[in-house]
Amino acid sequence: MKTTLFFTLAAATFAGANDTFLIRNADVYPVIGAKMENVSVLVQDGKIADIGGKIVPPKGIKIVEGKGLRVYPGMIDSATELGLSEVSGERVTVDTGELGEFMPQLRALIAVNPESEHLPVTRVNGITSAMTFPASGGRGGRGGGSPQMISGQAALIHLAGWTWEDMEINRSAALHIIFPSLGGGGRGGLAADFPDELAALFGAGTPQTFTERKRQYDQQIQKLNDFFDSARQYQKERTSNAPGFKRDLKMEAMQPVLERKVPVAVTAQRERSIRDAMAFAEKQHIRIILLQTRELAKVAADLKAKNIPVILGRTEALPENEDAPYDQAESLPGEIYKSGVKFAFATFNNEFVRNLPYNAARAVAFGLPYDEALKAVTINAAEIWGVSDKIGSVEKGKWADLMVTNGDPLETPTQIKHLYIKGQEIDLTNKQTRLYEKYLNRP
Amino acid sequence: MPAGAAERRRRTDNMTKLFIAGLIALAPLSQVMTAQVTVIKNATIMTESSKGTIKGSIVVRDGKIAEVGENVMVPAGATVIDAAGQWVTPGIIDCHSHIAGDGNINEGSVSVSSMVNIKDIINPEDIAIYRALAGGITTANILHGSANSIGGQTIVLKMRWGKDADGMIFEGAKPGIKFALGENPKRAGNPQGGRGAPAVNARYPATRMGVEDTIREAFNEAVQYKAEWDAYERAVAGGQHPIPPRKDLKLEALKEVLEGKRFVHAHCYRSDEILMLIRVADDYGFKIRTFQHVLEGYKVAKEIAAHGAGASTFSDWWGYKMEAIDAIPYNAAIMTKKGVVVSLNSDDAELMRRLNTEAAKAMKYGGISREDALAMVTINPAKQLGVENRVGSIEAGKDADIVIFDKDPLSPVAKVQRVMIDGNKYFDRDNEVSGRPMKEAEKQKLIEQEKQDQQNAQKKGAPTRRPQQ
Repeated sequence: MKTTLFFTLAAATFAGANDTFLIRNADVYPVIGAKMENVSVLVQDGKIADIGGKIVPPKGIKIVEGKGLRVYPGMIDSATELGLSEVSGERVTVDTGELGEFMPQLRALIAVNPESEHLPVTRVNGITSAMTFPASGGRGGRGGGSPQMISGQAALIHLAGWTWEDMEINRSAALHIIFPSLGGGGRGGLAADFPDELAALFGAGTPQTFTERKRQYDQQIQKLNDFFDSARQYQKERTSNAPGFKRDLKMEAMQPVLERKVPVAVTAQRERSIRDAMAFAEKQHIRIILLQTRELAKVAADLKAKNIPVILGRTEALPENEDAPYDQAESLPGEIYKSGVKFAFATFNNEFVRNLPYNAARAVAFGLPYDEALKAVTINAAEIWGVSDKIGSVEKGKWADLMVTNGDPLETPTQIKHLYIKGQEIDLTNKQTRLYEKYLNRP
Repeated sequence: MPAGAAERRRRTDNMTKLFIAGLIALAPLSQVMTAQVTVIKNATIMTESSKGTIKGSIVVRDGKIAEVGENVMVPAGATVIDAAGQWVTPGIIDCHSHIAGDGNINEGSVSVSSMVNIKDIINPEDIAIYRALAGGITTANILHGSANSIGGQTIVLKMRWGKDADGMIFEGAKPGIKFALGENPKRAGNPQGGRGAPAVNARYPATRMGVEDTIREAFNEAVQYKAEWDAYERAVAGGQHPIPPRKDLKLEALKEVLEGKRFVHAHCYRSDEILMLIRVADDYGFKIRTFQHVLEGYKVAKEIAAHGAGASTFSDWWGYKMEAIDAIPYNAAIMTKKGVVVSLNSDDAELMRRLNTEAAKAMKYGGISREDALAMVTINPAKQLGVENRVGSIEAGKDADIVIFDKDPLSPVAKVQRVMIDGNKYFDRDNEVSGRPMKEAEKQKLIEQEKQDQQNAQKKGAPTRRPQQ
């Protein structure tokens, strides 16, 4: 019975030649340009073949009536643990946070469980792809062990597929570094991290003096530099095939980073950590993307000058300090936008990825222009992760990752009517909708 | 921890708080002195009463709502708030919060801690109160934690920021007691290292069976205790002079439950444990006022409705622990459709600040109407707390607990502009924002002062201070 159900659903989700169809009479919100009213979208072989008012549908093509509906690109969450964590409170079901300080060889992609219940629950809210991190919350080694500095390779995935290979958009979208911080001994935890000015005064968080912690902090940055230096030394030996050269998996994993083919996603929240992370990137000639940054006011101009993007955490968050403005997290995106730094939103989470659009909307309440909020969950994310030729907008030539809605996707009551990933229509049912139907009809 | 550092830190914190409190507290005072009548006009008012949503005005007199309607007479000398383009809702009510509980809210050392009371540890200076206000919260049910099967006594507060602990208590609201079922109360019975390990401090119970037994044992005692007191009081009433029974503070609270003088708010997740508690309550003759969290309430909505209990749930939390694995965001909608009074709560100082957007999720998941969705954070929790004659809707005669939003409160792009409690203004976004430069200057001054103090101390040869933990 269970098996039959599974195959029925699966067939509905990924049936063979279903990736060619026409959505007609819909309003298209391409995100990269003005909205197009009452047009058609032609999808062929999973890609957007044409958008316009006068498309002649190929004979026999499946037609989706879009009257009164809107077409948007599927949303992208720029930092999650999707596929790697099932029940966050039960360690055996969680695969983020490996042991070991420097673990660039670890790959999030291969631990993605394609049957995770979080995937169907998340995608029915219009999220079609996500970055999944080997330690997205910035906390490595959950079960104990030393804090991680390099947690592994984050993957960009589609939220549907038979296997993790099917789901892959980029298996090595970024190397994840958790930059040392003064408050938390190398961990990027929020609670342990005090503003420098207060940390200097009170030495909050740990039972050490400020001087002692500063010394540790500098040592950790040094260790990180040493690790990169040895990777560079390895690169030389590898290129020249030096005598006695031995292949090393950690060092191998570092090569695409040194060659600037893979960017480094750096968790750094405080101004000092952000500045030091920028100096580190400069010194090591690497491309960086900042994660979960919070104290951005004084560094924004530098970030813009150096073209470093940031992934902002949830706007549904408390202020960091007792005397900070009550709307600190909500106002941050609006301020970042004004500074001209490129940014995208992320939930850094599993259970609440489906609320990504509402986090973006909350930033709108506190000053971010609406269009920018929508970009920060679509095209900005695609650009930051280097896949804007494939996803992030409704444009000819891109994959048909589309959501068809009855309204504004940032508004809570809006319903998703159709969802497509690479042109495949996604079944909008999941465990939760099935339980709903079952118990609504309980006699 | 050196007392000096801690003291200085506390002083800094307190100065900040006093400063914030001052900003807020001054406003209502001046208002009360100049005019006791306020009129909010030109607003879209979601009354959450039989009047529905109207475009109109509200007259507030002496802390109460005097009139609501499309056309009202503006009394001479009234303070007029023009809310054109804005939305007005009743003050938002959170049926499950732990803010303002100073320190630990779990007396988890015993399986039954009905003798302790959250009321005794209210910290009126908790900044979470101000943040909740800024999210439109005017009333909150402050609960003991969920570490034990029968937890401590609970209290309902109004978010009267700037008042002392007594001044925050919702006068006349019936007190409650926290029960907890499932994983949390079991945890102390399953210490780390597994059950084979030396069970150093294992505390009964370790299973759901034990949770039921703990509650039955407690009520078995309470029923006998009540019988002793009833017999004593009958004797006194009959003119006799018997020796009173020995007072037991643990059983007093449960006796009040049996007498209907204290509400039971029961933390629960799975349908089996919800049904279990209903049957225990049936057996001992008491009522469950609300099931809290109640994430599988949708599976036993019929039984919950038949018992007459309310359900206070999360909008869309799920999957963070095993007992939340079958949680569905349609929970509120199903229970509502099956006749249960449902509220949406926060259990969290952050979520508490945006319960209006949580209500909107009941529209998305299960197609609840706008008014019924907002009811889940206004009139429904008021009913669950037994204060619906005072708060929860905008109706003449009720407390003037009112929130003004800049946009549709069921949209996540809306934010709170003003909050009124008992007719007094407790939050005003314009004041808050314009006051920020002054607060920042004050903070810098305090930091400079602290630096100076340290330098002076070092000049005098004092040892370098070890920072506090």
